[in-house]
Amino acid sequence: MTWQLLKRIAGARAPDEPIPSAADDWRTEAQRLHQHLLDLLGRALNIRQIDAGSCNGCELEIHALDNPYYNIEGLGIRFVASPRHADLLLVTGPLALNMREAVRLAYDATPAPKLVVAAGECACTGGLFTDSYAVCGPVSDLLPVDVQIPGCPPSPVELLTGILTAVRRTAR
Amino acid sequence: MNQRMPLDALPLPGPARLADCADAPAVFFADVDANAWRRIAGAVAAGAGRLVAIWGAQDDAGALAVSAAYALDDGLLWARLPLGDAVGYPDLSALFPPAVRMQRAVRDLCGLQADGATDVRPWLNHGNWPADYFALRKPATGTERFASHEADYAFTRVAGDGVHEVAVGPIHAGIIEPGHFRFSVVGEKVLRLEARLGYAHRGVERLFERTPALAGHRVAARIAGDSSVAFAYAYCVALERALGTTVPPCAQWLRALLLERERVANHLGDLGALGNDAGFAFGLAQFSRIKEDWLRENERAFGHRYLFDAIAPGGIARDLDRDCADAMRAQCDRVGRDVRSLRRIYDDHAGLQDRFAKTGVLAPSMAARLGVCGLAARASGVAMDLRTDYRPTPYREIGARRSGEAHGEARGDVAARVALRFDEIDESLRQIRAILADAPQGDVAVQPGIGRAPSRGVGWVEGWRGDVLVALETRADGTLARCHCHDPSWRNWPALEVAIIGNIVADFPLINKSFNLCYAGHDL
Repeated sequence: MTWQLLKRIAGARAPDEPIPSAADDWRTEAQRLHQHLLDLLGRALNIRQIDAGSCNGCELEIHALDNPYYNIEGLGIRFVASPRHADLLLVTGPLALNMREAVRLAYDATPAPKLVVAAGECACTGGLFTDSYAVCGPVSDLLPVDVQIPGCPPSPVELLTGILTAVRRTAR
Repeated sequence: MNQRMPLDALPLPGPARLADCADAPAVFFADVDANAWRRIAGAVAAGAGRLVAIWGAQDDAGALAVSAAYALDDGLLWARLPLGDAVGYPDLSALFPPAVRMQRAVRDLCGLQADGATDVRPWLNHGNWPADYFALRKPATGTERFASHEADYAFTRVAGDGVHEVAVGPIHAGIIEPGHFRFSVVGEKVLRLEARLGYAHRGVERLFERTPALAGHRVAARIAGDSSVAFAYAYCVALERALGTTVPPCAQWLRALLLERERVANHLGDLGALGNDAGFAFGLAQFSRIKEDWLRENERAFGHRYLFDAIAPGGIARDLDRDCADAMRAQCDRVGRDVRSLRRIYDDHAGLQDRFAKTGVLAPSMAARLGVCGLAARASGVAMDLRTDYRPTPYREIGARRSGEAHGEARGDVAARVALRFDEIDESLRQIRAILADAPQGDVAVQPGIGRAPSRGVGWVEGWRGDVLVALETRADGTLARCHCHDPSWRNWPALEVAIIGNIVADFPLINKSFNLCYAGHDL
């Protein structure tokens, strides 16, 4: 078993494709921002993700941030279980009416200073669901949104860019 | 085919057969009276048929109706009970456990009531819109604005010495969809779990009625991001049936390719997450890397990582070019090798198997009684898979094989669901290769003609969780009078509540992930 494991680790193909040019930008910038962040907060960036009625497409891409290609934890960014531990709320979905109260409570529970990033078309504009009786978004109707990340769903690179943009805005 | 529930065994006065299409199971439609409604349900429950979905509707003239869809040997039966002005209809929940919540949703959206149902708590309406507002009744526009007034919910209480409740959600600890779980526990042991869903309700079904039918696939693709292909596929088949459109053979084959690519992507993601939930981060790293490669190939070939809008009415949006087909073939070989090697590691890892084996058991008899579907059913020895039961094109041509445990020896635990996912990846990779090898050449889309007399259509496809159903009614002006979308999770959520009983709270994430049921597709 252990032999299989080691063989697998040694033989696994490391993601070897060139980093896309957009990613090159954020990688260097990310390192600078990370330092900013450490100077500012004295710790890493903690994100509480909130699904406010998304189709789960955005969640799939947020999960992808954890894979070895994007390796978001390597940038010092962590997803945390409680809004009380969070510096930033990453909100997806058109803000379903049935999620309104929960989102509001989570925002109130997040210690200031706090950032809000709306991720995905639904969170930014309401998307297809704008006029529906069952939604009360976009997210900016309920919370002060710092950065909006368009896309259906936004790609992992776009999500990272958005998160880092929000952080940079406070760093200034 | 192991079901024994032929259509002609039902007390039915001459059902009409909806337009046949090669790439979907046959569908029969019948208007029934209350007596026939009851007798059909009784016969299906007594035989080996299954209830798939229940939904309500009001036509443009104001007449109400309730519909039920049953899976039979010959295909799908859509039984419709016209109610006129009445709002009561005979209860089905005494015969089919998953009907409880479906009927509660019908009540919340259409104001129809199952006579004799014991659980009549609201399901989708959390108190955030008035109790007498029914979104699918025609006087409503579906665009009303309501202030939110989150209501209390009467969870079933468990009493006894040392029993306490653990409340989780709607916002969960991880990056997961919203829902509430109420555990009643003694020490660490779960005595009862009750889920409350509906948090992701977006008014999807009403939205279809405001969307031109030929643009509805975009809504269908956004019902559940991880089942985008399955819903868009089912929607398009339903619409094409109603409009009398025949999809070119090449598109029929490529739609199945998309469906299998979606299945593989989800199984890859879940296998990694299951390893991680059992403390084996190596599994997550490996599988998430393979999944990312898989998604990137989706984007190169079809323009979207999750294949949103790749399927459109009349066919598919974009043909597969030769380079991408070659790359996909090579990728199937590579992923097949990687996954087989990872399977050996999972199988041999004592710590993992200790967590997987005998955890979250859904016994075969219980799975059958609860009407469980899809991968959860197959892992519990209930043999069902639309791809092999009805052999729609191209699954007949490529000789689709059903994965799953034999009925007699099915374990129905997390380990069985993990093993099934490994098996299904293998089979899907084989199917993708077969489609790439044998798919007919030619056009990938035709323009569907609208403007036909009002009609009905049904699409029914085996998504990665289970069978996804879309049943719709068209108007002559190219809009939809009604579109009901059904996610298999409706039938599997109650089974999760059974599978957790007697396990410890700490094993819930693992058990939950082994089913990985959908919230958005269920809540609509």
